[in-house]
Amino acid sequence: MSGAVVEAEGLGLTFATGDGPVHALKDVSLSIGKGEFVSFIGPSGCGKTTFLRCVAGLEAPTSGSLRVNGMSADNARRARAYGYVFQAAGLYPWRTIGGNIALPLEIMKYPAAERQRRVRETLALVDLAGFENKYPWQLSGGMQQRASIARALGFDADLLLMDEPFGALDEIVRDRLNEELLALWARTGKTMLFVTHSIPEAVYLSTRIVVMSPRPGRISDVIESPLPKERPLEIRDSSAFIEIAHRVREGLRAGMEAA
Amino acid sequence: MTEAAAPGPATLAAATARRRLAARGAALRQSVLPVLGVIAALIAFWYLACIPMNAAQSVLEAARAGAPVTPAEASERRGMSGLALAVQNPAEAAARAYGQERPRLPAPHQIGAEVWAATAQVAPTSPRSLLYHGWVTLSATLLGFAFGAALGVLLAMGIVQFRVMDLSVMLWAIVSQTVPIIAIAPMVIVVLHSVGISGIVPKAAIAAWLSFFPVVVGMVKGLRSPDAAQLDLLKTYGATARQTFLSLRLPGSTPYLFASLKIAVAAALVGTIVAELPTGAQAGFGARLLAGSYYGQTVQIWSALVAAAVLAALLVALVGAAERLVLARMGLRR
Repeated sequence: MSGAVVEAEGLGLTFATGDGPVHALKDVSLSIGKGEFVSFIGPSGCGKTTFLRCVAGLEAPTSGSLRVNGMSADNARRARAYGYVFQAAGLYPWRTIGGNIALPLEIMKYPAAERQRRVRETLALVDLAGFENKYPWQLSGGMQQRASIARALGFDADLLLMDEPFGALDEIVRDRLNEELLALWARTGKTMLFVTHSIPEAVYLSTRIVVMSPRPGRISDVIESPLPKERPLEIRDSSAFIEIAHRVREGLRAGMEAA
Repeated sequence: MTEAAAPGPATLAAATARRRLAARGAALRQSVLPVLGVIAALIAFWYLACIPMNAAQSVLEAARAGAPVTPAEASERRGMSGLALAVQNPAEAAARAYGQERPRLPAPHQIGAEVWAATAQVAPTSPRSLLYHGWVTLSATLLGFAFGAALGVLLAMGIVQFRVMDLSVMLWAIVSQTVPIIAIAPMVIVVLHSVGISGIVPKAAIAAWLSFFPVVVGMVKGLRSPDAAQLDLLKTYGATARQTFLSLRLPGSTPYLFASLKIAVAAALVGTIVAELPTGAQAGFGARLLAGSYYGQTVQIWSALVAAAVLAALLVALVGAAERLVLARMGLRR
């Protein structure tokens, strides 16, 4: 219990709307250990993003309990326990790439020299060395998203929450960033929570895949991946990979039929 | 920047800059001709309009000079429109339309000559100089604009940060602008004069009155322009309200601020001129307009109007230049 990074127990979130209550999450129980790479997959409205936002302390659950690093999600947010990567890169257009990555460091009051060092390090980590003084509009969409990942890495949070970070990118760029993300995960040993609606992406990246279904948003299946930690892109043609992908697809279908 | 990666993005940026420059040149060539065409058409229409507008005087001068005019009797001509007179006496109306001392509608070249005479041919300190009046108006405009812009920014900050101000201030700001300025200006000036404040300050107060409003509206919109995702991002860093304001809302509002400053500076000029009208002011474009209308000096009125328009254009262009400079500094490409 104490070793879990994220510990959800009977978590529920109900939005009150004009058409009555909407059950965004219902009875979600999940424990995520340190160093895991957990993907959340499901159709829109299944609550995968909502769950991530609950972990981030951006939404308040209406029932159940949620501990992040042994604290409440809100306290974990204040303790800067995680880095969050949004679907849109959301870089500030008036800041250079370096300035954007330094933004969280400025807010957390890191000294200037330390900020510079960390900006350079994280830029190298996401393969953007030399782009420190460029403005966001001078970079492609894939490079901007890499910069936004660097921004989430700069302040050494052990937990990385990623909400469809590659959803807006084409498949070729997405493949490359997936590969780089795995390498990054292997190097840093961070705990990853990754929301996606792509089955190959979820299977390729994860040690565990959480399949969710809508109305009410809930977990319909949790799949442990038997794939090795070393994963070249070609692994996606292996029979083990195809088998897991098949199980994910079945889980998604079962969830849709039950709804 | 490291040496290895520099050439790629650097040459890319240079090529982009060249392309943008070439595109701007083409756009300029494309826009100059239509603009010149429109101006030429306006001036041609203006000259044409001078003939009927000044026909009554033209025909009167012709009759005094002994030329045959229709109708011959002055009493018959009295009720006729300028257009009818011009149609019945085309040669006299056209020949005498552009040289009158007090034409109803001065021709562009008469206004041009008066502007030239009142700027280049008198000392800039003379009360006959448009430069002298321009400076009087400009100084009050700038002072009022500075106060108005500062007030607008402060009010906008308050509106965005404090709910109480959000609910109360905007209503009064709108009310202040619905009161006709021509009605309120004399009262403000009289009230300020009675407490011993006169000269530039009352005029600047009216200018500020008109110029703070667009700044409030634009700045509130600008400070609220960051979307939910950008605010969420700062929340994940545990940023304080002050940090959110300084790092996100303020820089995000800059383009909006400059858009409103352009409107505000023109409004400040209008406010100053209006403030110069009711007091029998000795100097300024407003006083020049009023004096011209007292003595039927239409050429003087029009030349003051032209000078005011040129000044407004200069002020807006100046704010535009500051905008380009600041936004380029911020990396916000336009």
